[in-house]
Amino acid sequence: MTAIREKKKALTFQELLFRLQRFWADQGCVLQQPYDVEVGAGTMSPDTFLRVLGPKPVRIAYAQPSRRPADGRYGENPNRLFRHTQLQVILKPPPERIQELYLESLEAIGIDLREHDIKFEEDNWEWPVGGAWGVGWQVMLDGLEITQFTYFQQCGGMDLDPICGEITYGLERIAGFLQDVDSIYDIVWAVEPDTGRKVTYGEMRLAEEEQFSAYSFDYAEVPKLWEHLKLYEAECLDLLDKSKKMSEMDPLALKRFPVLGAYELALKCSHVFNLLDARGAISVTERVGVMARIRSLVVGVAKAYAAQGELRSKEAASGIAG
Amino acid sequence: MFTPVRRKDEFKMADFLLEIGLEEVPARMIAGAEAELKRRVLALLEREHLAQSDVSSKSFSTPRRLAVLISGVADQQEDIREELTGPSVKVAYKDGAPTPAAMAFAKKAGVAVDELKTVTTPKGEYLVASVLKQGRRTSEVLAEELPKEIASIYWAKNMYWRLGKPERFVRPVRWLLALLDDQIVPFEFGGKTAGKLTYGHRILFGEEALAVKSPKDYEAALLDAKVIADVETRRQKIRKALDHVTRTIAGARWREDHALIDTLTHLTEWASDRAVVLGNFESEYLSLPEEVLVTVMRDHQKYLALEDESGKLMPHFLAVLNTEAADAGLAVIRHGNERVLRARFNDARFFWEFDQRVPLKERVKQLEDVTFQKELGSYAAKTGRVRELALGLAELSVSRGSQVDAVALDEAALLAKTDLTTELVKEFTELQGIVGGLYARAQGTSATAADAMYDQYLPASMEDSVPRTVEGSLLAIADRADTIAGMFGLGMEPTGSKDPFALRRAANGIVKILAESPTSVPLTLSEIAGRATANEAVESRVRAFLVERLEFYLREVRGEAYDVVAAVLAAGNDDVRDAIARAQAVSAVRASADFAAVSAAFKRMKNILGQAKEKGYADLASHEAEVENMHPTQADLKQAAHALQHKVEQLREDHQYVPALEAVATLRPQVDAFFDQVMVMDPDEKVRRSRLALLTSILKSFSGIADFSEIVTAG
Repeated sequence: MTAIREKKKALTFQELLFRLQRFWADQGCVLQQPYDVEVGAGTMSPDTFLRVLGPKPVRIAYAQPSRRPADGRYGENPNRLFRHTQLQVILKPPPERIQELYLESLEAIGIDLREHDIKFEEDNWEWPVGGAWGVGWQVMLDGLEITQFTYFQQCGGMDLDPICGEITYGLERIAGFLQDVDSIYDIVWAVEPDTGRKVTYGEMRLAEEEQFSAYSFDYAEVPKLWEHLKLYEAECLDLLDKSKKMSEMDPLALKRFPVLGAYELALKCSHVFNLLDARGAISVTERVGVMARIRSLVVGVAKAYAAQGELRSKEAASGIAG
Repeated sequence: MFTPVRRKDEFKMADFLLEIGLEEVPARMIAGAEAELKRRVLALLEREHLAQSDVSSKSFSTPRRLAVLISGVADQQEDIREELTGPSVKVAYKDGAPTPAAMAFAKKAGVAVDELKTVTTPKGEYLVASVLKQGRRTSEVLAEELPKEIASIYWAKNMYWRLGKPERFVRPVRWLLALLDDQIVPFEFGGKTAGKLTYGHRILFGEEALAVKSPKDYEAALLDAKVIADVETRRQKIRKALDHVTRTIAGARWREDHALIDTLTHLTEWASDRAVVLGNFESEYLSLPEEVLVTVMRDHQKYLALEDESGKLMPHFLAVLNTEAADAGLAVIRHGNERVLRARFNDARFFWEFDQRVPLKERVKQLEDVTFQKELGSYAAKTGRVRELALGLAELSVSRGSQVDAVALDEAALLAKTDLTTELVKEFTELQGIVGGLYARAQGTSATAADAMYDQYLPASMEDSVPRTVEGSLLAIADRADTIAGMFGLGMEPTGSKDPFALRRAANGIVKILAESPTSVPLTLSEIAGRATANEAVESRVRAFLVERLEFYLREVRGEAYDVVAAVLAAGNDDVRDAIARAQAVSAVRASADFAAVSAAFKRMKNILGQAKEKGYADLASHEAEVENMHPTQADLKQAAHALQHKVEQLREDHQYVPALEAVATLRPQVDAFFDQVMVMDPDEKVRRSRLALLTSILKSFSGIADFSEIVTAG
């Protein structure tokens, strides 16, 4: 490839993350740390999935490593990863200028929009297992999808009111674009300030890709995974069952009731399902049934979370009144 | 009833402009919404007597706006004198004095009792009040009605965005512009109040608002703000830019793709020669099948492909931008697009090579794990059924003189679904069938089998082409017939607008193949239904479903009139090509006066026979009763019909449908004379029976091409 422009000092992977976090922090977002349970997308973190529920305004941003076992390629494919990183921005309710803010965030990472082609193309998002969907766009930058932009409409099968704007940046894609590299593994993650030595994405993550691809495709023990699924599911169901008694609980028991714990168990099920899927252990016939089981967990948690929130706010109101 | 009081020409005529500013509307929905907005506003103006239906109007759209401009709108409604009808005079006056009923009516109408007049109607004398209805200002009417019209626009998928969910629309409304000449029409929708501001291109103009002075300035004002509001202008500019850029490559032309150009037009607000980039890719990718390359470029990247004079793909592509840039910027954009395409092609090549490691033949077994439908089993089970069905239909076709390579057909049917297990099809689902055909060819399967596999999903729509070969046609028919019969067996028939398994499309495909296959496929709908299922009840429902699709095909694809289709199908609905030929013949002759008259007569005959049957005059066709002194017109008709019968039958058998119909039409003088002078339902039973028998015999003899009684005739 010919050098087509005087290469500006392209952002490192971590600098890219800093800049975006800085930008959104300046817009009033609380910076959260990544969630520490396996998720397939930033949306599944409780900071999105549960916080979008209910009336309370939220502005939050966090980087979320997202695991998709079936997408692993043993580190051999320059564009596909078992685990990639999304920067998730949640704005509830969405500000009027949300698109303009988003475009400003691109300027903040050094993209001069007058030198690029940007399009908002229809792309609606749906996570059937979570009873969640929204409408929105994939944002195309010179033909590259760099962001999924969604107006959340429903979550856990419940209408959201207010709705929520969700901006999901694909950090590897954007870094690869900024640094103009053809392989994700060549992305410069950081530069050592003293020596100028470049630490690459490959250096940081290749081993993980190799080993987790092998684990997901070749090693994961199918009977044990089924067993895990069963155990996580049983415990989650048990909690959901107990959650039905929340309305009878005293304030302390109510606020301590672990709906969040039930959600983690549901997420575990989802991840084990993905592993079984990557392992080729789920026939198409079974697939529908298992997905329905996980859906009832996830949607059940969302409903319990909403109910808990309502009960607590009612209680707070009556507390004030009393 | 009302009469204008002031004449229209006393009003000032104004221009009206409405623009709805939106966040990017999905490209696929824009054209429909633009047309609907214009239609709604025009209908509103007409309904409110503010403009004639032929008023000059123009609509606009970009991804971020829908707009309509109408010239010649009255600035005020006319005052109208309206006559209100009240109670009858009998009730209204007693002994010459007005009753409470009269007074109440006068009060309601807002006039004094002595101003009431009477009017004579067929029902008697009634009170009327003449009321002056003041016309309203246009701006006021529009402000009241526009929110309702805007809210009613249809969107394939919409959303809500405001607290409390007060409205649903395709995307959030960002601004409203509504001007009647230079005056703002004050209304609200989606939380926005209409004003005179609009916005230009996001990047090329910026976020600053722009005031539109008057409706006529709209297009020019936007042009200055780097927005081409007129869709057609944008489309032509894009096409011109594509031509312009393509000229830099010797011998190249861009591959026409109207659907893609349409999408790109609706994805852009601006177009110019600097808004298209020509990118390149390494020619080594040309070793991948063209179908794969084009799918990646068109469906995934929205790029146009370039080809040389012979139509061969060249290692270039065209990307249409929603911006324009100087050379340096264009180089950056080109580089970015090339980078993405290279990654996509790399992926495709990886899948192409990876899939070849397991030949299709070895994938047949894997189909056991791919569910076709829960109750209908796996794709392996479907493959078994389709093989048997395809071979059975092939045998029938061969017995009628078709040339079918049964070995190739069997192999194609065996391998037809194996590509569902390939990575390439998982990645590019729109290429199923095509990928199977390509792999089969690369793996040494016979060309006939590979082509049949390649074509198996054709036609994808009523506009699409049909399989090229008889083997492809038989495979495509068998696959669809199996799906339809299977789903019908489970009671999953399409109902109303619900057709989740696209069974109508499948059946349309069968009809279209039978109708249009270049190598005739001599199969009837009954045979296809009968072979596809052993269950007689399902078979008859499948057959009826196929006939319904034939009816649809004749009407929608062939453009035959409703009554012609009904007439033709009533005379036979099993042989698709024959039904088409008969429909064409009927359409060709139906305009002639004789044919219309004979059709009307046939309808009369059918009615008479129907009445006779109701009255219990059965046994009509058994034999013609002998009567003495037969009425001369009856004798003439009988003789003429008899003389014609053999000729018409012969022509029909030779598929000479137009001459046959013309011959039937020659019966007109005898038919007319008969009906003019004779009463069929004669009181004398013998006479009546002989006449009924004659009509029965005529209907039977001459309804082989079409049931003329179905033809709608004037008068």
